[in-house]
Amino acid sequence: MYDIIIIGAGPAGISAAIYAKRAGTNVLVLDNDNSELIKAHKIDNYYGFPEGISGSTLYDNGIQQAKNLEIDLKKEAVLNIKMNENMCYDVKTSDNIYTSDSVIFATGTKKAKPLIKGLNEFEGKGISYCAICDGFFYRKKDVVIIGDGDYALSEASDLVNIVNSITILTNGKEPGFENCNYKVDKRPITSINGDMKVEEIEFSDGSTLKTDGIFIAIGSAGASDFAKKMGIMTNNDNIKVNEHMETNIKGVYACGNITGGLLQVNKAVYEGAVAGLSAANYIKAKRKGA
Amino acid sequence: MEVLKLTTANFEETILKADKTAIVDFYADWCGPCKMQSPIIDKIAKEHDELVVGKLNVDDNGEIAVKYGVMSIPTLLIIKNGEIKKQFVGLTDESDILKEI
Repeated sequence: MYDIIIIGAGPAGISAAIYAKRAGTNVLVLDNDNSELIKAHKIDNYYGFPEGISGSTLYDNGIQQAKNLEIDLKKEAVLNIKMNENMCYDVKTSDNIYTSDSVIFATGTKKAKPLIKGLNEFEGKGISYCAICDGFFYRKKDVVIIGDGDYALSEASDLVNIVNSITILTNGKEPGFENCNYKVDKRPITSINGDMKVEEIEFSDGSTLKTDGIFIAIGSAGASDFAKKMGIMTNNDNIKVNEHMETNIKGVYACGNITGGLLQVNKAVYEGAVAGLSAANYIKAKRKGA
Repeated sequence: MEVLKLTTANFEETILKADKTAIVDFYADWCGPCKMQSPIIDKIAKEHDELVVGKLNVDDNGEIAVKYGVMSIPTLLIIKNGEIKKQFVGLTDESDILKEI
């Protein structure tokens, strides 16, 4: 059991971890090793580095700084987050389930949606981003999941007892999982067709597959995916926060690129600090009340 | 005004034949985001007497959900003179809803 689980180990996540840890809380940072920062060749506009610094060095320095403070850091991708009956959060990763009083999203933004014709048009009309929310509407029907990793399998496990059949479509990618109990089709997808709702998927070879529903679970789950499932308010896939980095759900905070605005290290560091302190204050208030 | 409990039986009378603009919240008890949507709908109902606001449980009233092509919850419909003016899929903020009224 942790006080605070921070998802993401870039500037926002590490900054949040440092402030929360120094405020006397017990922190876990989960890192899926996919920070945008690592890809930045050189950062010239960040305070205190007259010669600039490479993104990967800055990232590694942040990780080291957290380790020096004895902050728990695990390289595990998050698959699912649920509020349990004790008003705590169960965070399920590829390997474990961790529980905490508070969650801070510092995931960065997920890469853009794939360019498949019809993807936006049919959202809510046969296209869903949340198996646990919408599976009910596909009872005994044939559905597909567009995805290629553990997250797709996790969504499949939420559907398997409800629907008639599940096919995983990797859209041209090699699946990130070794084997699974579902039919897997790797062909690239060109469009989603239908009249009032989804009816079929068209592949690049011109053939089609009839389907009643499409669940999107591409790559690893991003913060906006969790937000949709948990009922966190978003705006164009950014998480809405107030000046304390609080979301609309108690104990859940967000910081860095996922809140939108300036996609810069300094903004992520600032927001991380605020989120870390806000979460620590929340923990202290909760301890007093308990 | 109070939020109305909508059913297959009263949907036509209360929503489609309403002389006011109506907001319908399609939800289920097991749906996490729906629980966050619910107080927003309650607040709109309380503060806007010029609207008819109702919630429809999709578990108990599947026919209406199917009829309106609702396949994801929460879904909100804004209905005027029996016609759908706007559909929101997923948790939606008060200000975004009121903008469409």
